Amino acid sequence: MREMLKAITVALGTDVRFYGPNINGPMLPCVVPKEKFYDVARAMKKIDAMLAAEWAADESLLGKGFGIFACYRLKDQYLVVKADISPDDPTFPSITKRFVPAYRFERRIESLMGLTPVGHPDPRPWIKFEDWPQDAWPLRKTFDASKHMPRVSGEYAWVTVEGEGVYEIAVGPVHAGIIEPGHFRFSAVGEQIIHLEARLGYVHKGIEKRFESLSWTEGVRLAGRVSGDTTVAHSTAYCMALENMTRCAVPARAQWLRAIFLERERIANHLGDIGAICNDVAFTFMLYQTMRLKEIMLRTNLGLFGHRYVMDRVVPGGVNMDIGAQGVKDIEEELDYILEDFERLVHVLDDNASLEDRTRDTAILGREQAIDLGVCGIVARASGLDLDCRKYNPYPPYDQIRVNVPVLTVGDVHARLWIRVEEVRESIRLIRAMLKTLPEGPVVTEIKLPAHTATGFAAVEGWRGEIIYWLQAGPAGEINRCMVRDPSDLCWLGLEQAVPFGNIVPDFPICNKSFNQSYSGNDL
Amino acid sequence: MIRILRQILRTGIFTEPVPDNFTPEVIEVGEQLKDEIWKRFHRSLTIRQVDAGSCNGCELEIHAMNNVFYNSERFGIHFTASPRFADVLLVTGPVTRNMEIALRRTYDSTPAPKLVVAMGDCGCNGGIFGESYASLGGVDKVIPVDLIIPGCPPTPLDVLAGLLKLMEKMGKK
Repeated sequence: MREMLKAITVALGTDVRFYGPNINGPMLPCVVPKEKFYDVARAMKKIDAMLAAEWAADESLLGKGFGIFACYRLKDQYLVVKADISPDDPTFPSITKRFVPAYRFERRIESLMGLTPVGHPDPRPWIKFEDWPQDAWPLRKTFDASKHMPRVSGEYAWVTVEGEGVYEIAVGPVHAGIIEPGHFRFSAVGEQIIHLEARLGYVHKGIEKRFESLSWTEGVRLAGRVSGDTTVAHSTAYCMALENMTRCAVPARAQWLRAIFLERERIANHLGDIGAICNDVAFTFMLYQTMRLKEIMLRTNLGLFGHRYVMDRVVPGGVNMDIGAQGVKDIEEELDYILEDFERLVHVLDDNASLEDRTRDTAILGREQAIDLGVCGIVARASGLDLDCRKYNPYPPYDQIRVNVPVLTVGDVHARLWIRVEEVRESIRLIRAMLKTLPEGPVVTEIKLPAHTATGFAAVEGWRGEIIYWLQAGPAGEINRCMVRDPSDLCWLGLEQAVPFGNIVPDFPICNKSFNQSYSGNDL
Repeated sequence: MIRILRQILRTGIFTEPVPDNFTPEVIEVGEQLKDEIWKRFHRSLTIRQVDAGSCNGCELEIHAMNNVFYNSERFGIHFTASPRFADVLLVTGPVTRNMEIALRRTYDSTPAPKLVVAMGDCGCNGGIFGESYASLGGVDKVIPVDLIIPGCPPTPLDVLAGLLKLMEKMGKK
């Protein structure tokens, strides 16, 4: 915490006020005056911190105005900077000039909370479509979420590219495959893509607002459905944030089981992705092979945990199921089988010149670009950034069973493919180590309800990357705000920047699949 | 190449029923479904999947339907890229306000008999997302639904059984 603490103290002096019980915890919260919000961004950029999230909360029920929050990350430290905003002047200084990821965060804040980022280069709404009423700000407490909104007329102002021979290709929201909806607009010359703009928001289900009408224990079911393929990681992050705010000590066995679920989710999704990337260049052999291994894992999940994707097994205070000695043996045998077959497939993968030809140098996201865009997870690790919450912000059992984080430097489709290969191997090793050290004891403990105005924070490394939850309790101890930051919020920009120049339209599916970001987790 | 061939031979056939205690029903349901499809559509039932707001959980299970265990294509279940070729729209998720127009357009582009299956708890009634400013609730709030397949997410077998029910229902009409 020292570097960030020092930097912000030097930059702001007595203007910054720290609060919270433990200044040495993984997350340090502080309050600054609104005018200094941008100065913090400048100070953070200077020490090479990255922006992990930016969001706003309506605190009118707590007798205040709005709060604007920015979460910075530097190695093992998180700093959450808050500025109070008066309802009479619903604006805040934009930090997009310093941190590119704020570009979408701030548009989202303006669209859904009605706070204007002053100095933001792009006034177009995000997630909110043009046919929403102008003054519909769903995250405000005054907004009645139960009513349907009328449709008004309006057009999205696309970024247009002009020049001889430039034409546009519009794709989506209903895509050709079995995939989530989103719209991509390519500007191309011949087959070369020279600009790509994504417009997302089609699967906006009002999740963050929905949280506010649920109890703390119901909330975990919703968190498990933010992004169905990452159900374990999202529900774990929600529970850890809740446990963080209520100072709940989760039994060790539950922590181990959660991590086992999490690593199994990582393996299953990576297996699917490895196959799907190969399938997009017509190497279907690999798809059918890896999908077979994935199905074997799903069936083990169903047999041992009662759900193919382990949905709703992580609950506040622990987990709601346990495995016996036979279960441990079943998983070990399954992993032996999968690893043996997987290694054979990796051999084939490595031995295929035409696959390599299509994946090498395709959709390169260089290291500098990755830093500027603030990407996280597998995308960051394929572009030379050593980022992983399990390593830098380890929660049990990762503080005892250390993770070897693979990092590749090229940042192309090939690197993102091989990061997944390495992570499958590493996750299998981790699960084996966890099964060997699985502690005895209960799997769940009673959780107290949060005190009013308490806040909680958690960062969990899902298979795509870092997932952040920030919870705030209202005056009656209910959910006042639940901020969800899926890795897709950061990494979609990576795809949009990696594709133009040097990539052709027919390669877009493989570029997209190599990122494989969530639409639902982004749109919320 | 020799490695690929060797791996294919070593893998053998995983398609059910290989001795497997989990889902012997797949073959049973599937064969019945194949007969019904043959009666009404000859050879194949063509499905266009539309995500109208799902969390991606249902999509994972639809992908699984095409893996070697279920191999749904052998029963005549075929997924198409265009609604113009579709007999069935398989719709997932609560219909979001932002997807409503796209879903209607897809429906309008589908030729008769335009069967609509709402998949998953959300597709049935909005699920945990309910009805709100952003979510319109179940698929039947926007387009007529012929069959619902509940579950969160429904397993590949549930979907096969659902499609069988749909074919039987069609026969009674």
